[in-house]
Amino acid sequence: MMQLIWNGLIVGSFYALVALGYSMVYGIIKLLNFAHGDIYMLGAFVGFFTLSAFGISNETSIPLLLVVLLLSMVTTGLIGVGIERIAYRPLRRSPRLAVLITAIGVSFTLEYGVRQIFGPNPEAFPIRLESSGFDVLGMRVTASQIVLVVIAAVLMLVLAHIVERTRQGRAMRAIALDPTGAQLMGVNVDRVIAMVFFIGSALAGAAGVMAGAYYGSIDFLMGFIIGLKAFTAAVIGGIGNLYGAMLGGVLLGMLESFGSAWFGGEWRDVFAFGFLILFLTLKPTGLLGARVVERM
Amino acid sequence: MARDLDHALKHVPLRAPAPLYERPQPPKGVFTSQRGFMRALGLVAVLLVAVLPFMDASRYTMSIATSALIYVMLCMGLNVVVGYAGLLDLGYIAFFAVGAYVSGIFTTVLGWPMWAALIATIVACITAGIIIGAPTLRLRSDYLAIVTLGFGEIIRITANNLKITGGPSGIHGIPTWSFGPWSFDDGFSLLGIDFPERVVFYYFVAAVVIVVGVIGAGRLAKGRLGRAWKAVRDDEDAAEAMGINTYIAKISAYIIGAVWAGMAGQLMATHLSAISPNSFQFLYSALILMAVVLGGMGSTPGVIIGALFVSLAPELLRDFAEWRYLIFGVLLVVVMLFRPSGLWPATAVLPWLRRNRPTPPAFTEATAVPASVMESVDGTPTPDPHEGDRA
Repeated sequence: MMQLIWNGLIVGSFYALVALGYSMVYGIIKLLNFAHGDIYMLGAFVGFFTLSAFGISNETSIPLLLVVLLLSMVTTGLIGVGIERIAYRPLRRSPRLAVLITAIGVSFTLEYGVRQIFGPNPEAFPIRLESSGFDVLGMRVTASQIVLVVIAAVLMLVLAHIVERTRQGRAMRAIALDPTGAQLMGVNVDRVIAMVFFIGSALAGAAGVMAGAYYGSIDFLMGFIIGLKAFTAAVIGGIGNLYGAMLGGVLLGMLESFGSAWFGGEWRDVFAFGFLILFLTLKPTGLLGARVVERM
Repeated sequence: MARDLDHALKHVPLRAPAPLYERPQPPKGVFTSQRGFMRALGLVAVLLVAVLPFMDASRYTMSIATSALIYVMLCMGLNVVVGYAGLLDLGYIAFFAVGAYVSGIFTTVLGWPMWAALIATIVACITAGIIIGAPTLRLRSDYLAIVTLGFGEIIRITANNLKITGGPSGIHGIPTWSFGPWSFDDGFSLLGIDFPERVVFYYFVAAVVIVVGVIGAGRLAKGRLGRAWKAVRDDEDAAEAMGINTYIAKISAYIIGAVWAGMAGQLMATHLSAISPNSFQFLYSALILMAVVLGGMGSTPGVIIGALFVSLAPELLRDFAEWRYLIFGVLLVVVMLFRPSGLWPATAVLPWLRRNRPTPPAFTEATAVPASVMESVDGTPTPDPHEGDRA
């Protein structure tokens, strides 16, 4: 029982990190960024590429993980900004369908671009976290798991600080409320949106590196399912709401953990997507989402 | 008085006023009207499809051609959903899967003949369309996209896990069409020409179903329902204000899309005689969407071209087989950025039929009021009224 909760918490913190990016981008420009899951995949591959370039394999050091994490975050953040600049910004005033289709195109491009570079087979991630652990409260916990959860929590706290306490964060919230109004008040809308993409993609990249270290293997399609799951998490928590995304991620991790314990692991994804459909039909605003007026 | 007027109005037949002038009959020729040209083009396409087996009836060609036709059917179905009704469906392959699996299970497990399974397939697809559409079509477009994506995955994983669907290895030995003791496998000969089974299937099922499917979808789009779809796509609120039941319009588009995909799935199950969950990955949903977007959303010729491109590209570009998904992804972005209405837009007019609109006469010094005239009125030079225009 406690073990299920703990496992759920770890997976949930990955989901939450990815869900945050989804939720931020959606909150600010109402775009469902399908390529977000692939940014997560890119994060893992950037980590893999860097470590392989230095000839590192089967390493277990946690400081090294942190360095790779930072590097991946910066790289994926920049890639996210680039994608926004090339593919999404020119279409900001087009119908929604056009942007959604572009996002799918970007997702495809990233997935199969990585496939062309690294090959279709799964790669072993060079940093492995040791699996020796200790028992607390009837659950098996390893030190590395704690590190992962702590990193995720720290990243989320930093994000919450940026959004709620800084000038840039205030600009983000202003744009989410009313882009035109924000622009009239002197907010540089393009730059703030680029920054949101940077932060969101950096978080997804961090999650990718952490997932690579946690699961040990990465492949070019690893972002697809997690993108879908993270979206589910964002919806459960209330899309556009940061704390909602965190709560939704952890909740979805728990639900999956219990769902696969009760119904069998092969039904795990069905269980999660069933929840997505249930939530969207019964309570589309999610747990913490504000009621939004869709018509104008 | 008022009653008399009422009475009179009720019983006097209302007639449209006589036209003020005789309108010229619109041209009907093949090269002088859009409609005539499109009909001729369609006829040529149908003829090509019909003649193909006489030119090359090899197993390879027939197989590729049948697959391409099935793609056309799928794309026409998705075109109804995305192109006409403007609903982004990312799990479209799920209906294809439903069609393939239902016909597979009914023919192998229950031993029904294929024509009976076809009816079951259509019923199952309508049901699936309603089950998915009913709760989700009230959502906004981007939520709908992700829900359909989730639904597509649910169907695939379910097919992978259930026993009746054969698990990961799928269903084998799906029979072809048969009527009583005679089945397509026997083939038959007519006028001294032997028709082997693959050609018979191509002819009598695939080609006919697809031609009917393409024409049917195109004609639906022109009717009342089709206009309702397009109205909903362009502005849902305005459509609702005009008295269109937007919910009915959307769900009917969804159901028709599902039926088209289901029939395509049935054809594929019969064509390949084996199906497995791997044929129903998200990748294929995306490929079909690409075909529709590249060709031109809502445009029948465009969608057919897109479908042929996407289905034949791996055969024609063998050297680029590895690269094709990457190329498709980039193409999708590029098309959306630079030509969002696709290769053959729905509103395209044949270049030689484009009416030359008279351009308004350009402003020149000759048409401007001479300054001397202005001056003579009150003695002071007045500012040129067109100064702003010229700047």
